[in-house]
Amino acid sequence: MSATLTAGFADPALDAQRCFRAVLEAMARPGRVQRIAAGPEAPPPLGPAAATVLLTLADADTPVWLDAGPQAAAWLRFHAGCPIVAAPGEAGFALACGAPPPLHDLAPGSEEEPQRSATLILQVAFLAEEGGWRLTGPGIEHEHRLRVDGAPPGFAADWAGNRALFPRGIDLILCAGDRLAALPRTTRLEIG
Amino acid sequence: MSATQTRSAEGAAAAGGEHRSRGPAGPDAGYNFGYLDENTKRMIRRALLKAVAIPGHQVPFGSREMPLPYGWGTGGIQVTAAVIGPDDTLKVIDQGADDTTNAVSIRRFFARVTGVETTERTAEATIIQTRHRIPETPLHEGQVLVYQVPMPEPLFRLEPSVTETRRMHALADYSLMHVKLYEDIVRHGHIATSYNYPVMVNGRYLMSPSPIPAFDNPKMHRMPALQLFGAGREKRIYAVPPWTEVRSLDFEDHPFEPVRADAACALCGSRESYLDEVVTDDRGGRMFVCSDTDYCHTRQARREAAE
Amino acid sequence: MAYVAVKGGERAIEAAHAWLAEERRGDPMLPELTVPQIAQQLGLAVDRVMAEGACHDRGLAALAIKQARGDLIEAAFLLRAYRTTLPRFGASLPLDTGAMRIRRRISATYKDLPGGQVLGPTFDYTHRLLDFALAAEGEPPPPAPEAPAGDATMPRVTGILAREGLMASEAPGEAEPPDLTREPLACPADRPLRLQALARGDEGFLLALGYSTQRGYGNAHPFVGEIRLGEVAVEIEPPELGFPIEIGEITVTECQMVNQFAGSRTEPPQFTRGYGLVFGHGERKAMAMALVDRALRARELGEEATAPAQSEEFVLYHCDNVEATGFVEHLKLPHYVDFQSELEKIRQMRATALREAAE
Repeated sequence: MSATLTAGFADPALDAQRCFRAVLEAMARPGRVQRIAAGPEAPPPLGPAAATVLLTLADADTPVWLDAGPQAAAWLRFHAGCPIVAAPGEAGFALACGAPPPLHDLAPGSEEEPQRSATLILQVAFLAEEGGWRLTGPGIEHEHRLRVDGAPPGFAADWAGNRALFPRGIDLILCAGDRLAALPRTTRLEIG
Repeated sequence: MSATQTRSAEGAAAAGGEHRSRGPAGPDAGYNFGYLDENTKRMIRRALLKAVAIPGHQVPFGSREMPLPYGWGTGGIQVTAAVIGPDDTLKVIDQGADDTTNAVSIRRFFARVTGVETTERTAEATIIQTRHRIPETPLHEGQVLVYQVPMPEPLFRLEPSVTETRRMHALADYSLMHVKLYEDIVRHGHIATSYNYPVMVNGRYLMSPSPIPAFDNPKMHRMPALQLFGAGREKRIYAVPPWTEVRSLDFEDHPFEPVRADAACALCGSRESYLDEVVTDDRGGRMFVCSDTDYCHTRQARREAAE
Repeated sequence: MAYVAVKGGERAIEAAHAWLAEERRGDPMLPELTVPQIAQQLGLAVDRVMAEGACHDRGLAALAIKQARGDLIEAAFLLRAYRTTLPRFGASLPLDTGAMRIRRRISATYKDLPGGQVLGPTFDYTHRLLDFALAAEGEPPPPAPEAPAGDATMPRVTGILAREGLMASEAPGEAEPPDLTREPLACPADRPLRLQALARGDEGFLLALGYSTQRGYGNAHPFVGEIRLGEVAVEIEPPELGFPIEIGEITVTECQMVNQFAGSRTEPPQFTRGYGLVFGHGERKAMAMALVDRALRARELGEEATAPAQSEEFVLYHCDNVEATGFVEHLKLPHYVDFQSELEKIRQMRATALREAAE
């Protein structure tokens, strides 16, 4: 199988560091769009940003759920060494290239250990900092705008339900091509 | 040659010397970039992201034994090591100063294992690792402030059991702390806490700001920079995202009041900065100087240039 | 410039390190200690450093002792810091101490038992009189007389009791044991995690705690069922092979402490076990560990837990000497910023008090 696999990181330490800083920045400043430098060659439908984020954060300690098909699963298992799980509720990271599982199907953590919650990596069509959602909350001075093309219908209501669980809740990383943005569970979202 | 003999010479050299330097010859090839192995960095990075997502909540992490002792900043070092990249410029301070021995030692460590550029200038740094102070120069977006934390649990003096305090955080039950502060006021007329003064983050989590003087607490409130906290021995990471509300606990009739010595810095004349008291003789002589050496040097240089 | 003089700096650190190296070497007219000499002739110090450093390597432990000038906690720290940088290839199978090649085996509960009592290399019956002959460099001691190799197996005393149903059974857990070096400690902690922490724990701390259980703080009634010292095989089972292979042999000391248990409504009275296992020859540590292990089982056995040795959080969060020494010793780092804020606060509070007294 490994013969048909495409490559992972060219420089594991520095590629992962660069991507992590982008994700950290994204999570710390919700709605700000970050760009990923040249990412690994992942099998479709896995885009460069989503693939890089997973290689940066997933490993043998993080069960991953994904809907990206067997090729992407094999690629990820080979390069990250992460266990692939069948139920979204068991995942530390859930990757959705199509319609994501409802947020309440993912692990929200507990009141004492809210950090034991899933992170949803949602691949969408397009991300930009103008128009679209109005975001407020920690990490945002006044308001950030985030345009998300291809978000699932009814997402805003689902997100409001997630926010109400605080400190429990899912954190979201949106990926589109080589772009990414994040919504931690603290972010308030209004449709613009 | 003895350690004591060289001290004043070194201090004088540092005071007037170079402010920027590059690691001796790039990163030490004997170690992974940033010293930690990639598995450890990933584990810390995951903890950091959750910490940012839950402002003020202490996230347990698999803290590793570092080549520096627990208590010397191993938590801050692990956080910095997980965050830092070749394009960063690092500043390390202890007690506000770049040239205190432990700050020098940590800066040398990172110069060796990452080869990154280091600086003493607050404004030029992308990552500032600190023990016990927040720089006087306001931080900006694009900067990360990494705090070394000895005891991450703000309630530990009131309830030493970790199991108990975890439950209190889950319930947002902080009555113990309010009672303690109230008793201070009844007994002394003041809240008797002058450093490591507890804060509420985003209206939800009680958090230890690390042992910074209460004077520095207001700087945490809606700071444009990202604030990360690492406690190595206690194996906890927590964070305050930019622009997040950070309130020092107080009462309406006894509002929080940061304290500084009522004096001007003997070197730069500042009446705004936090001051160290220096005993100059054994007959009660003393002087006050800025604890933030970069702030003080910059003001002195500006004054000299103006003259 | 008094102010500048209190600041340290790079050259001060370098000079301090040079001075330290000089002190380490001592009088250069005397021959330098070699690492093999330490490994051979200070073997118990090496064992302790391996146990508390949680890394089984006699050569490195001896080197650490040399580098630390004989400060064993510092040496354990050096070994731990080195250990962290090692890649993790896998976990060994449980050691079979029943199959130990025994050098010493004693039981305090039976006068004789299958396999017999083997006194082995022990200080137990030495008279603690300084041996001035050792001060002079002399000939190596004559070889100790050797008993004819026995072929008797040496069953564990706890096994003998268990056959009669007198020893509470401890079913082997199916779950993968947690790893204290990768996951932070969280309480309540299961026994595998507690034993890991105790095995790395400070000998002095565990000794004092174990002692306290004998003096009424924890109501222990311990008997040494057995102490055994010797070599055991370490095996791993690589997933690609599917069968165990031996990768080497290590020396360990095991102590099984037999304790009374009054029984409960559902269980008849029987003995319970306190368990200690350490790298190398470390009887004091293994015994203290067994006492503390038993004390920490109070909750699981439905006993009242009131003594320090029975408090899981108290014991587990304070038994690690690398953590403890770091935090105690960090008090010598500069704290003048905080002290300054205390000074101002106390002056302010005194002013208030004096003003009120005057009114």
